[in-house]
Amino acid sequence: MVPLSYYLVLSAILFTCGVTGFLIKRNIISIFLSIELMLNGVNLSFVAFAAQWKALSGQVFVFFVMVVAAAEAAVGLAIIIAVFRTRETLNVDRVNLLKL
Amino acid sequence: MTPNLHVWLIPLLPLIGAALNGLLGKRFTRQTVAAVALFFSGAAFAMASWVAVQFPSLTTPYEETLAQWIRAGSFRADFAFYLDQLSLVMLLVVTGVGFLIHIYSVGYMAEEGGFYRFFSYLNLFMFFMLTLVLANNYLLMFIGWEGVGLASYLLIGFWFTRDSAASAGKKAFIVNRVGDFGFLIALFLLIKHFGSLNFAQLFPTISPMSPETQGVGLLTSIALLLTLGACGKSAQIPLYVWLPDAMEGPTPVSALIHAATMVTAGVYMIARSHVIFDRAPGALTAVAIIGTLTALFAATIGIAQTDIKKVLAYSTISQLGYMFLGCGVAAYSAGIFHLMTHAFFKGLLFLAAGSVIHAVGGEQDMRKMGGLRTKIPWTFWTMTAATVAIAGIPPFAGFFSKDEILWQAYSSPQGSWIYWLIGVITAFITSFYMFRLWFLTFFGEYRGAVADEHSQAEHAGHGTHMGHNDPRAGTPAPHGHGVIHESPKVMLVPLVILAVLSVIGGWVGYHNIFENFLAPVFRSGVALSAEAAQAVGSTQPRTEAGSTESLLMGISIAAALAGFLLAWLLYHRRPELPKRIALALNGLYEAVLNKYYVDELYATLFVKPLINGSSRLLWQGIDQHVIDATVDNGAEGARHISDTVRHMQSGNIRSYAGWVAAGAAAIIVYMVWIGVR
Repeated sequence: MVPLSYYLVLSAILFTCGVTGFLIKRNIISIFLSIELMLNGVNLSFVAFAAQWKALSGQVFVFFVMVVAAAEAAVGLAIIIAVFRTRETLNVDRVNLLKL
Repeated sequence: MTPNLHVWLIPLLPLIGAALNGLLGKRFTRQTVAAVALFFSGAAFAMASWVAVQFPSLTTPYEETLAQWIRAGSFRADFAFYLDQLSLVMLLVVTGVGFLIHIYSVGYMAEEGGFYRFFSYLNLFMFFMLTLVLANNYLLMFIGWEGVGLASYLLIGFWFTRDSAASAGKKAFIVNRVGDFGFLIALFLLIKHFGSLNFAQLFPTISPMSPETQGVGLLTSIALLLTLGACGKSAQIPLYVWLPDAMEGPTPVSALIHAATMVTAGVYMIARSHVIFDRAPGALTAVAIIGTLTALFAATIGIAQTDIKKVLAYSTISQLGYMFLGCGVAAYSAGIFHLMTHAFFKGLLFLAAGSVIHAVGGEQDMRKMGGLRTKIPWTFWTMTAATVAIAGIPPFAGFFSKDEILWQAYSSPQGSWIYWLIGVITAFITSFYMFRLWFLTFFGEYRGAVADEHSQAEHAGHGTHMGHNDPRAGTPAPHGHGVIHESPKVMLVPLVILAVLSVIGGWVGYHNIFENFLAPVFRSGVALSAEAAQAVGSTQPRTEAGSTESLLMGISIAAALAGFLLAWLLYHRRPELPKRIALALNGLYEAVLNKYYVDELYATLFVKPLINGSSRLLWQGIDQHVIDATVDNGAEGARHISDTVRHMQSGNIRSYAGWVAAGAAAIIVYMVWIGVR
């Protein structure tokens, strides 16, 4: 059996990749993907713990997260399309009209 | 059962007058203002006289409580009044002289701006002074004490647009604070150790205590602190400096407050506290020394003054020194006797001086007067009576009281021949400078400028002063600027009455009538303690020492006459002599002319260090470098930190996300560290 720590390390690596991507990418789509990566990193640790402790609640949480992620993807992509239509760019640094 | 006299009405009547004139006076005509002021001060006098008539049938001391004031635990201080022989004398002097001066003021102030204000203050002063003398406890007395200080301040600075008057008022107030501080501490000590401030409870408690012959005990401390208070109010060394400056006020004020009544409050207070002073011989000696030195010191300054009111001011200080001397040798009745006669003749001197100033169109410099004898005969004759009285020539009032003090200073157990000797020297100087004033003012040639143009021009120049005519420059004369004229009747009548009193006022001292009248007050405290009674009883040696007394009396009369002759020689017979003497004694003359540089000394010793300390240490040091610096640096620091921190708020979403990530990382590190540990 693969030890828990391996899963957790992988989960942390995935999450860190997500965070890094989120921070350094300028394209909204990439940022979006990074967010998904973070969510799934977390999901991985959820299921790893659930398997370790034989507790179902972890598995259930993962479903919740996936549902939320799906909803977010739907709304987020819609927003991205709307932004692209008005601004003709996907660079977040240039989408700063609300900034003072 | 004694009848209810409603003594409380006596102080209250002037207060009503003050309130009416003060609140509504602006709308009154001058006649109404004068009528209100005269009615209420006159009513107080009438009431006081009525009380005096009732007095022999009273059991003394008569006490009357008007209202509760402070009741805290066993401590009580009420609005209550205390009438005994001493208060009665003060009551009559204050209301009587006060009423006369009110009348005089109607004429003197007739042309002045702020007429209603003046009379409102004057009535207010009467209220506080009467509260002071009638109070049955020290606290109420202190209210009156502070109140007269306030009235004095307001009246000295009556011409407040003139800078010197405003400063003189402040000076009087501040110098008095020093004395009041002592008075207040004495009251605290009394409360702490005796639990009461009521005369009727305090004095019987203290009476059985034996005199503190050595060291400074409780009673001596209290007595010394009370003396400090009295020194402030009664203008004694070292706190006399305010009184000469107080002459900035209108002349009736100088007469009422700074000669006849308020400045004698210190003497009254010491006499009232005689039970304490009798048991504190050290404090008595201090009082006597202060009195003697002040009498001599002020008299010598009086010689060289050229301002008629300044001469009288120094003479007042000197005479108050006599009263202190009287009290200091435990001859309180002699002190009070001199207080009374002094109120008559010094009040008269000031009023007459006011009349002179009035006559010559506001001039106060005696060098510019002269030859006024025939031009203002009424003023001349009344002033003569007062001058002779203060010089101590029998049978005028001043002779009896001054001689009584000198005799007591010599013969009393606390007395000493030194006191007597200095007293006699002072009497000589007093006689000299008073007759100098008299000769300079009334004899010789008129030395003033042609008064007509002079006063007219000055008057016009001062017309802009909000209508406050300055008696020095403008003229308060209602008629005929320039021509030297006698004052109106409304001013002359008080002069004449006071002149009569100055002549006959001393006769009540004949055969110790006055002393015996006051005896119950001053014996009551002592009789309870047999030892003290023996130590203090001073009436005994009189019969045996009759010849000594006559001799001493002869010497003091001779001193007075010598003063007169010297003044006659220098200022009438050979008027060129004083200048040569002044030249010959250049340094000394300069020192005397400049009042021994005491004001300068005080300025160097106290005022400048205080100002420097305030400005350097408190203002620039503490206020600017500590308090302001704390606030400023706090604000500056906050600004700096904000300046740095605000870069975090870039508006860039990814930088926010970076901070969130960094925060999360920090938390994780922290958690891990805790877990590891």
